[in-house]
Amino acid sequence: MHEFPRPRQADTFATLFGKAFRNRSFLIGFAVTAIILAMAVVSFFWTPYDVTDLPVTNRLKPPSLTHWMGTDHFGRDIFSMIMVGSRNSIAVAFIAITIAAGIGVPLGCWAAARRGWIDEALMRFNDVVFAFPALLSAVMITAIFGPGAINAIIAIGLFNIPVFARVARAGALAIWPREYILAARSAGKNAFRITIEHILPNIGNILVVQGTIQFALGIIAEAGLSYVGLGEQPPMPSWGRMLFDAQTRMIVAPHLAIFPGLAIVATVLGLNLLGDGLRDVLDPKLRRER
Amino acid sequence: MAAYLLKRLGIGALTLICASVVVFAVLEIIPGDPARLMLGMNATEDAVQALRQQMGLDNPLPTRYFAWMTGFVTGDFGHSYTYSVPVTELVAERIVVSLPLAIFALLLTVLIAIPVGIFAASRQGRFSDTAVMTTAQIGVAVPNFWFALILVYIFAVWLRLFPAGGFPGWSAGLWPGLKALILPAISLAALQAAVLARVARSALIEELNEDYIRTARAKGLPQRHVLWRHAMRNAMIPVLTIMGLQFAYLLAGTIIIENVFYLPGLGRLVFQAITQRDLIVVESVVLLLVASVIAVNMLVDVTYALVDPRLRHR
Amino acid sequence: MKTVNSIIAASVLVLATGTSVLAARSDLVMGIVLEPPHLDPTASAAAAIDEVVYANIFEGLTRIGSDGSVQPGLAESWTVSEDGKTYVFKLRSGAKFHDGSALDAGDVKFSLDRARAEGSTNAQTPLFAQIDTVEAGAGTVTVTLKQPQGSFLYNMGWGDAVIVAPESADNNKTNPVGTGPFKFGSWAKGSSIKIVKNPDYWGEPAMLEKAEFRVIPDAAAAVPALLSGDVHAFAQMPAGDALAQIEADPRFDVVIGATEGETILSTNNKKPPFDNLKVRQAIAHALNREVIIQGNGSGYGTPIGSHFSPANEAYVDLIGTYPYDPEKAKALLAEAGFADGIKATIKLPPPSYARDGGQVVAAQLRQVGIELEIIPVEWAQWLEQVFKAKDYDLTIVSHTEPNDIGIYARKDYYFQYDNAAFDTIIAELDVTSDPAKRKDLFAKAQKILADDAVNGFMFQLPKIGVWDAKIEGLWHDSPVQANDLTKVKWTD
Repeated sequence: MHEFPRPRQADTFATLFGKAFRNRSFLIGFAVTAIILAMAVVSFFWTPYDVTDLPVTNRLKPPSLTHWMGTDHFGRDIFSMIMVGSRNSIAVAFIAITIAAGIGVPLGCWAAARRGWIDEALMRFNDVVFAFPALLSAVMITAIFGPGAINAIIAIGLFNIPVFARVARAGALAIWPREYILAARSAGKNAFRITIEHILPNIGNILVVQGTIQFALGIIAEAGLSYVGLGEQPPMPSWGRMLFDAQTRMIVAPHLAIFPGLAIVATVLGLNLLGDGLRDVLDPKLRRER
Repeated sequence: MAAYLLKRLGIGALTLICASVVVFAVLEIIPGDPARLMLGMNATEDAVQALRQQMGLDNPLPTRYFAWMTGFVTGDFGHSYTYSVPVTELVAERIVVSLPLAIFALLLTVLIAIPVGIFAASRQGRFSDTAVMTTAQIGVAVPNFWFALILVYIFAVWLRLFPAGGFPGWSAGLWPGLKALILPAISLAALQAAVLARVARSALIEELNEDYIRTARAKGLPQRHVLWRHAMRNAMIPVLTIMGLQFAYLLAGTIIIENVFYLPGLGRLVFQAITQRDLIVVESVVLLLVASVIAVNMLVDVTYALVDPRLRHR
Repeated sequence: MKTVNSIIAASVLVLATGTSVLAARSDLVMGIVLEPPHLDPTASAAAAIDEVVYANIFEGLTRIGSDGSVQPGLAESWTVSEDGKTYVFKLRSGAKFHDGSALDAGDVKFSLDRARAEGSTNAQTPLFAQIDTVEAGAGTVTVTLKQPQGSFLYNMGWGDAVIVAPESADNNKTNPVGTGPFKFGSWAKGSSIKIVKNPDYWGEPAMLEKAEFRVIPDAAAAVPALLSGDVHAFAQMPAGDALAQIEADPRFDVVIGATEGETILSTNNKKPPFDNLKVRQAIAHALNREVIIQGNGSGYGTPIGSHFSPANEAYVDLIGTYPYDPEKAKALLAEAGFADGIKATIKLPPPSYARDGGQVVAAQLRQVGIELEIIPVEWAQWLEQVFKAKDYDLTIVSHTEPNDIGIYARKDYYFQYDNAAFDTIIAELDVTSDPAKRKDLFAKAQKILADDAVNGFMFQLPKIGVWDAKIEGLWHDSPVQANDLTKVKWTD
């Protein structure tokens, strides 16, 4: 058994900040994520071309000075579509992960606080959800409700609930036996208060790190769903859909496939690096061996 | 141990039953009449009604659920609405694509990931380690269907070395069959290999920091010997766990890749069956996939418990 | 010198045998986009079934030729009574089913009675609705109609009206037994269907020994399969934008033919505001057919102005009825009281002519103030919501049934179109068999539909045939959905 130290005095914001900006993963991840976010925000006000207009006669043009990434089969500007597509990717993944964390974390904490059959039931629920191939279930969900961004959120969110429940439960279980929790208990605080006041602040770090990683996975999942036609629907562009449209035109216009793919890779890579960096900064104990 | 096994089996069975109820219920509320879909626009209402009756769609829900479940347990998965052949036959036809593909991809994953993981661990902190792990970091960020598109473009369209899709069937010979699976297997393996390489590396590094390794080194055993004989054996436990999960994923989660390459595998079968409202096929195949995931997870858990008895009481 | 000569002689010999092998080539691999659900054409509307079995495995009393004409099939000739109600078919002698049993009048009676029986699962029961009785004679079959029907002989040529044997009918879905020049071979589900030559065919035997239909659903796989020689022919090539490359390749023939697929912006004629003629006219003026065709996924298509195939001899060019004119469209909308625009939905089924074409249509309608929400649907949902429940504003569908202008007279049809004058013409057509009169009636029918702007008439779906330049005998047009391989051969 390890000795459980009293909780560290939380780092001040300034020290964290300083640490973060000496961490390479964090820096790169932060920069890439910031650029993608900025692109998404700017797309609300300005894109080089209107993506709702379909100048079909200008179709399948290779990259040039007027169209940096070329045009698609409807003559739309690929760069503009990637800008607009980024907000869909980010929104779907972010909302889905937030909802999943919002449901999963309380479930996990509850199970850790009560143990017994509640804990057992949660584990079984996790088993059932994990046993379903995720994409297959997404296909069934969209078969009922029809395809669209909302249903992509439901599908991705559902499969992330057990992830957060598990992480929160494991984190909480490690903290419950600690002395200061026992002290709080003998002071008459109930499980709910202890969870709010002591457990959550202590597992916050691992949850943020896990959240960042799930966010990255959510981006890939959203792209996959859109690729098979179940995500955001035309006329709004989405990265996965752009890749689907590119597939049949690979022979004549490979640029259609290259840029949306790079956008996905950049976003996911940025978030993963950010997650790694955050882990190093927030929780040195979890620091990976280097 | 027997008690643990029994408990684990019980949990598996319970999960499967829950899953079967979920699958059945979900398919009941999916809109769309399979009979109307089969007969198309010009069919009269009478013809559609007649077909519904023929397909047994008019029986009450519980009757149909129990009929399905008893059939499933005894190995009779029912008849496909659209293909009018036993579902078992369809599954048998598809599994000879999906299973080899999953095995092939897993093999590639292991062949890439383990040496890479060992290499990186043994050069921990050096430039080559950083380079390899950066590549793995990028590998984790690449969606497999995009990687597949790029592979198709390079190897099928440009170099014309491999077919861009489709499956000639094993009757066409071993090589043509394998050839059709190479690109799909690579696209599936790339991401999995990146994940596994990272796991293998950190597991190894953890072991290398253990006391017994330090002792072995102190005794003057060569690095290679220490790495392979001692560290590797213990690091295999987390690696095998991940591999088990990956195999379950590869067997069931290949829908997208099967779609990219038009492989007639299980994932594609379910995908098509859902759009065609071939409910009986969807139900049985999904449950079969779920069962295989549960079985693999159970196997992993049991192996784990065998290796580390402490885990039995968790 | 001698050795050189013998080497040359040997290589000439090799070359000679080589060519003779090539000349004798008798196999064909044909790519099909959709896999048939099963192989019984009398029990499903799926065109993919006919694409494999029609004229190859199964035959009807009559057959539809490559030009759309009615030709003798299993009936070598027929006579029609004065009142147009009684048809006497004389059957081919020597026609046999693939299981060896001879075709007799009883089989014909069985097939027709089965298709029109109560509880029949035939997808085209209206084809048989006018049949009153079927009597089997010695080598002849007498069909009596309830009233004269101009299209009866044509109807008997549909895939849904093929002749089957009572002994094998129930197994035709998995093991089709017909009378055609090819026999069913094997089916690897999800990848290919093989058929082999029927040596006991009653007519001129097929020139191919065997043929394979390989399922290749998309351009991404179809184009490399063709270029590498894995597949020799596509009757309907999903080439998309890569077609230009194939056309430039001398190894292949690219034949753009006509189909019976009128691709239309189907409109719910009973649902406001689309019940307003001015609104429908505005939509017609807002559609730029040339641009829609460019963006429809294949880039090909023949503009149409009504619900009729340009390949049909009774076709009338009505494209100019409401020419592309967005200003006029806006003015018409304003007149109809929608100066501020209209909000509506468009439900798009899976084919690219709908999903891609629909986006272009939505962009064009937006230009005149009609804001469309795009709702993608699967076929199952389309049939349920649009076709059956008529719960839709607009949708895009290609109506591939041949000669189907009569659907506009059906009260329960999903367009919800109702025009007594049109109905009278269709009723008259039903009882008219004189070609000149029929042509005249068809022209009138087309004109009414165009004037009423019932639907947005866009283009005729092209048949993009691509095959090895050495192959001969494949159909150029597609009057029915079929890949008749009877006369296909390799030339050299």
